[in-house]
Amino acid sequence: MSSDILEQIITSVVEGEPDETVELTRQAFEAGVEPLTIINQGLVAGMRVVGDKYQNGEYFLPHLIIAANGMQQAMALLKPELHIRDQAIEAAGTVVIGTVRGDIHEIGKSLVATMLSATGFEVHDLGVDVPVETFVAKVKETGANLLGMSALLTTTMTAQRQVIEALVEAGIRDQVKVIVGGAPVSREWADSIGADGYADDAVGAVTEARQLVG
Amino acid sequence: MRPKLNILSDELVDQIIAEGFELLLDPGVRVHNEEALKLLADAGADVNRDTQIARIPESIVRQALETTPPEFYLYNLDGEPAVHYGGDSVQFDPGSAAITILDSETQQQRPPLTADFVKFVKLVETIPQLDAQSTAIICTDVTEDIGDLYRLYVALNYMRKPIVTGAFRTDTWWTMKDMLAAVAGGEAELAAKPIAVFDVCPSPPLLWSDLTCQNMIDCARHNIPSELVSMPLAGATAPVTLAGAVVQHTAECLSGVTICQLVKEGAPIVWGGSPAAFDMREGTTPMGAVGTWMIDCAYTQVGKALGMPTHAYLGMSDAKIVDAQCGLESAGGAIMAALAGVNMVSGAGMLDFESCQSYEKLVIDAEIIGMAKRLIAGIEARDEPIALTIMRKLGHRADYLAQTHTRKWFSKEQYIPSAVIDRSSLDGWKRKGAKTALERATDRVKQLLATYQPSPISDELRVELRDMATKTARKFGMDALPPLPED
Repeated sequence: MSSDILEQIITSVVEGEPDETVELTRQAFEAGVEPLTIINQGLVAGMRVVGDKYQNGEYFLPHLIIAANGMQQAMALLKPELHIRDQAIEAAGTVVIGTVRGDIHEIGKSLVATMLSATGFEVHDLGVDVPVETFVAKVKETGANLLGMSALLTTTMTAQRQVIEALVEAGIRDQVKVIVGGAPVSREWADSIGADGYADDAVGAVTEARQLVG
Repeated sequence: MRPKLNILSDELVDQIIAEGFELLLDPGVRVHNEEALKLLADAGADVNRDTQIARIPESIVRQALETTPPEFYLYNLDGEPAVHYGGDSVQFDPGSAAITILDSETQQQRPPLTADFVKFVKLVETIPQLDAQSTAIICTDVTEDIGDLYRLYVALNYMRKPIVTGAFRTDTWWTMKDMLAAVAGGEAELAAKPIAVFDVCPSPPLLWSDLTCQNMIDCARHNIPSELVSMPLAGATAPVTLAGAVVQHTAECLSGVTICQLVKEGAPIVWGGSPAAFDMREGTTPMGAVGTWMIDCAYTQVGKALGMPTHAYLGMSDAKIVDAQCGLESAGGAIMAALAGVNMVSGAGMLDFESCQSYEKLVIDAEIIGMAKRLIAGIEARDEPIALTIMRKLGHRADYLAQTHTRKWFSKEQYIPSAVIDRSSLDGWKRKGAKTALERATDRVKQLLATYQPSPISDELRVELRDMATKTARKFGMDALPPLPED
């Protein structure tokens, strides 16, 4: 029974049926399967297949994101139960991510957040137009070891430098690796502001994140 | 609605056809073939045996057009219909009869050998955008006398897709027919389910050589499809005006259709060609000239007006290496051909006019073909209403990537290219080695060749084919054929 329903969860994630993923997760939990088992042997196992299919060219971004969304909805169901059991998911890392103040461009940032989430990171997405102090506060609160900042405008990319300076002032710069991205952002820019990593697409961001904290 | 290019007005089509008929009466067509002259004379044409000129009345030609099949299929070696000649079906095969190969390592032209053509046939099998094979390369490690049948022999050992071919002599045609019949399971089977079409080329202006006319006659008699390849060179062997070149093409093709149908009513034959707008500076025959594309599209429209299946040599380049000119000329011709609704577009892989084949160009051209096919599939509503449901669901959220609507439609709406086409970010492109299109094409050739699946023909049949080819080779003083490469 347990392995059957876990197989079904994997299939639902791989085939990108978020409603089914959530419903099967509920059924598995009610049938007494441990939440961590559902996560590791169902949801994460399914996402691994999706990731492989994306890497080998069979799957595309919509497949990846729809599957990741299904996984996230199912996780939302299980998280309170993990909390009750005093258990935690083994994440590849904890990431705070957002688009900097004055900049409302969302797609690239959300893509990176989804990709990181789908590849095993715990992601805290602050959205767009995020003030400097909000980044710092969230890193403190979550104990994140990775901070991702997006900027699509040459006029807003300077905010990336301000956030890094604020991390230094708050005394937590050593705790967190900083990765920056966005259309005008380059490796040179990242180096000049003291960022640890840089990527200019979502796949590159995952590679960079894994190198920095994985 | 499917996008369609009609390059000529209806009035101009009518006038071109009318002038084509006029040319068949005056000055008439030269036919250097006794059998064809007799057939034409018997049908009521005015034939002068001394000058070998036939003046053919419109009524005979009209009768021939009546009996010509408006459509037919070529079959693959699994017996499935794979290529549809007729209507606005658009299919692609490699340019044929290259006399050089662009070496993969050196990117220099050199004489092709058997191993080169084997590699080429395998590559064509693995390219999904290509619908048919062609006898694309003339191998120089066999005597010229068997150059035609040897290409077919090699291809038959490795192919599944149907093939566009042609004979260089009247006697070798018979060996080619025998090999095709052996693969098809007999002559009747070959007639019922043809796996090949033979190019037959009138010589401009208005001449049928004995060779090509006899090939056409023999094809018709065996119900093997033939493909007219009329090639007016506008300004050199044909009028320089584009419409004038099309008139000449029309007359040559009408005479071909007539001879073919006089041999056997209902024999399949294709309205095709390889014209060029002659280059007035270099004295060459550019396949990448816009004028060439326009003549092709125009004669295709004329052929369709007459109810004929169509063919054209398009999607080639006059460049000598795989460079920017190569890409732009191949794309222009292929897209024009697709929009014109040419049933079989021959030319993929070819450069240096019609002289050189390139594996790397072939996989780049495959992407052009993929895009051209997507283009003519047109734009459809897909959903009813088109966008209201999904846009009202999302409101002002830019969250389309995460929608099942997106997943459902993106691969139908978009043509998704292979890695030959680079769409990475600058950094992503650098991570992958900062490769040029030629380098990416080189990678793609290797990847595709690794996926090749052997053809379904039996070992006995392979031996039989080899015996046939060897027997003919011995007539021309060549005792043994080169070995086919071991896998």
